[in-house]
Amino acid sequence: MARDVATSTSPPRWRLLVARQELVILALLLLVSAGLSLLTGNFFAATNLLNLARNVSWFAVAAFGVGMVILIGGIDLSSGAVMALAGLASALLLQLGLPIWLAVPVGLLSGALVGLCNGVLVGMFNTPPFIVTLGMMGVVRGMTFSLSAGRPVRDLPPAFRALGQDDVWVGPLLVPLPLLTMVGVALLVSLLLRSTVLGRYIYTLGRDERALQVAGVRTERIKVVVYTFSGLLAACGGIIMTSWLGVAAPTAAADYELDIIAAAVIGGTSLFGGEGSVFGVVLGALLMQVVRTGMVLLGFPTYLQVGAIGMMIMLVVLIDNFRRRRLSR
Amino acid sequence: MNTPPILEMRGITKEFPGVKALDNVSFRVAQGEIHCLVGENGAGKSTLMKVLSGVYPHGTYSGDILLNGQVQSYRGIRDSEHAGIAIIYQELALIPELTVYENIFLGNEIRNGPIVNWNETIKRAGEMLAKVRLKVNPAAKIKDLGVGKQQLVEIAKALSRNIKLLILDEPTAALNEDDSANLLDLLRGLRDQGVTCIMISHKLKEVLAIADTVTVLRDGQTICTLDAHKGEVSEGALIKHMVGREIDNIYPQREHKQPGDVVLEVRGWNAYDPALGREILHNVSMNVRRGEIVGVAGLMGSGRTELALSIFGNPLGYQVKGELRVKGEQRSFRDPEAAIKAGVAYVTEDRKGNGLILIQDVKENITLANLQAIAKNSMIDGNAEIKVANEYRTSLNIKTPTVEQRVSNLSGGNQQKVCLGKWLFVKPDLLILDEPTRGIDVGAKYEIYTLMNRLVEQGMSIIMISSELPEVLGMSDRVYIVSSGRITGELPIAEATPEKVMHLATN
Repeated sequence: MARDVATSTSPPRWRLLVARQELVILALLLLVSAGLSLLTGNFFAATNLLNLARNVSWFAVAAFGVGMVILIGGIDLSSGAVMALAGLASALLLQLGLPIWLAVPVGLLSGALVGLCNGVLVGMFNTPPFIVTLGMMGVVRGMTFSLSAGRPVRDLPPAFRALGQDDVWVGPLLVPLPLLTMVGVALLVSLLLRSTVLGRYIYTLGRDERALQVAGVRTERIKVVVYTFSGLLAACGGIIMTSWLGVAAPTAAADYELDIIAAAVIGGTSLFGGEGSVFGVVLGALLMQVVRTGMVLLGFPTYLQVGAIGMMIMLVVLIDNFRRRRLSR
Repeated sequence: MNTPPILEMRGITKEFPGVKALDNVSFRVAQGEIHCLVGENGAGKSTLMKVLSGVYPHGTYSGDILLNGQVQSYRGIRDSEHAGIAIIYQELALIPELTVYENIFLGNEIRNGPIVNWNETIKRAGEMLAKVRLKVNPAAKIKDLGVGKQQLVEIAKALSRNIKLLILDEPTAALNEDDSANLLDLLRGLRDQGVTCIMISHKLKEVLAIADTVTVLRDGQTICTLDAHKGEVSEGALIKHMVGREIDNIYPQREHKQPGDVVLEVRGWNAYDPALGREILHNVSMNVRRGEIVGVAGLMGSGRTELALSIFGNPLGYQVKGELRVKGEQRSFRDPEAAIKAGVAYVTEDRKGNGLILIQDVKENITLANLQAIAKNSMIDGNAEIKVANEYRTSLNIKTPTVEQRVSNLSGGNQQKVCLGKWLFVKPDLLILDEPTRGIDVGAKYEIYTLMNRLVEQGMSIIMISSELPEVLGMSDRVYIVSSGRITGELPIAEATPEKVMHLATN
């Protein structure tokens, strides 16, 4: 009957804007970019921006999956190893002469299977996700070493390398293919989270698992699905990464699981679950990559870069805490 | 008794937003007695003890607390502990992974400088355990002891601090009969050694057995203080004072029609809670008919909620045994999903805990239990969701500017209506309402009662669990009384008097 939805007493608009961490990060991102272009002069050069986009895209794709896991209040430490495994699996199959339309799906499947194992252990057997995925990280990394006998796989066919290296014309713009892939995946994941029943359950699960159970939802199934997605998306990111690098190494993507988690958190994903968005994860990944690129351009010593990224993570989370406290008053 | 009071609370008034929990309460406890505090749920017993122990610090209430004649102003529990007051709550505050001796001296370690003197600790713990007549190894872990023994460890912990006043909040609620008898015996022993003791209890038989003095609270006021040694304390007298009030006519009229077929029936129903490690329901049999409101009366901790949850697919993982029939068909529900599919819905007593997702909005909460109904190909239809939410907003009179309002911003009564809306949207045949009007104002209560009447007239069946006796008697067609996990009685509404129900509930 009554559809007077418009007669809302919502808070002032600026508060709604500040209430979204995405916008805070966006502002920070623009600030850092502006600073870098002043300091280096070539930050906004086309080649640099395209490189940046390529670098961010596969990283962000992997981060979407981990972001979903964090949304349900879990954690996935196996993503870096899965990225390496998926890339390596595809590369090995290609070397055996399999066609690309078979090699890539098998690579994706390997990641999904790892995710499924994580999900079953966490959801069905109630094992703490930190431990499960930490163990899985070791298992999967070990698999990459034994599959490759410790040696990187080179000489990948051009059709495969195109996935990460080609540019395509979108209207008047020449856009890297991996960037398009990332945008496509981002839209799909965003649709899943915002508009589907599963998406609603994912957010609700992170906010109050017991209430969801009492509402008659089998939460363990949702966990299995989400961890499987995480493995699948990490595999997707890993394959794009491998294609871009042109080499599949068993040591690839080492420590990326932590960078990915950091990117999700910087982008406003709450480690307690129930809060975060695809857009936020993209921004978080972008900010990390911009800072990294910036330090290279500025000629920062490599060893200091690692520390600087660590400090940035702490800073962003601190700002976020402060902002939340101000808003909740 | 003419001994001077060890404790005197004078004119204590404590208000919460919209509620006067304590209204000018006076309470005197004499040195060396066992003083029982009784009253219905919500009478103010726990609030009074929280004022005494500093959980509600000085300044948040009015009135005076005098301990040994001196005015006290506690800023927190630490202060009251320092003054010699120890409270043992229903939920024990022991750390399961630590040993008995570590728990006894936790926060009060015996030490030489920064180093804990474990030898002395273990020796002293042994002495304390002997005082409470508990024969366990002080090095045993708490989690390996039964609830009864854990309770004794709590008392030992309190005694190790040289207390003047020991307060026990429903100490026997979780104990079996032997453990209860043992505990009461110990309390008598402590009294003879000069320990003064305040005990809150719902079990009137225990009160009769142990109390020197009884104070009755009702609706936040002191009704009377009775002296057992003058023969003033009897079960009848206590029940009369506890129930006391006239049942106001705040319940909308409904004809008690001839009810229809049996919708749900349980027989020989037992439930075991692995988390507690004991059986929580014993041989329960009950049934609900079409178009009937069945009241379930019982005191807190009697097993009312456990009964509801055990029927509703055991979201907390109870193991059930017995027969469950829905519309004549034998069923067993693996999880709440199965119960909902069979037409059973449960509106929890814990609205803010597992009832609502507080940071989600009204529409998301209303549709949560039946999202498929507004989804096509598992995509949520946003317009349909708003439409459904608005329908319930109108029919339940939920006062909110929009259905996109966060439920944490609504009043208790409106939150409860959102909860109801969520479960009505699954279109159940049987609605189990657990404390449907707890913590909400009279106006909203009346609306919920009216709604309940409307629902049963449309052919729904309702089980209403409530600790408010007038509500049970005002709304039900039939009443079951639960006590200690058993059904202790079934009364048609015409025969259910407050005294009878209270008698069965305190059995």
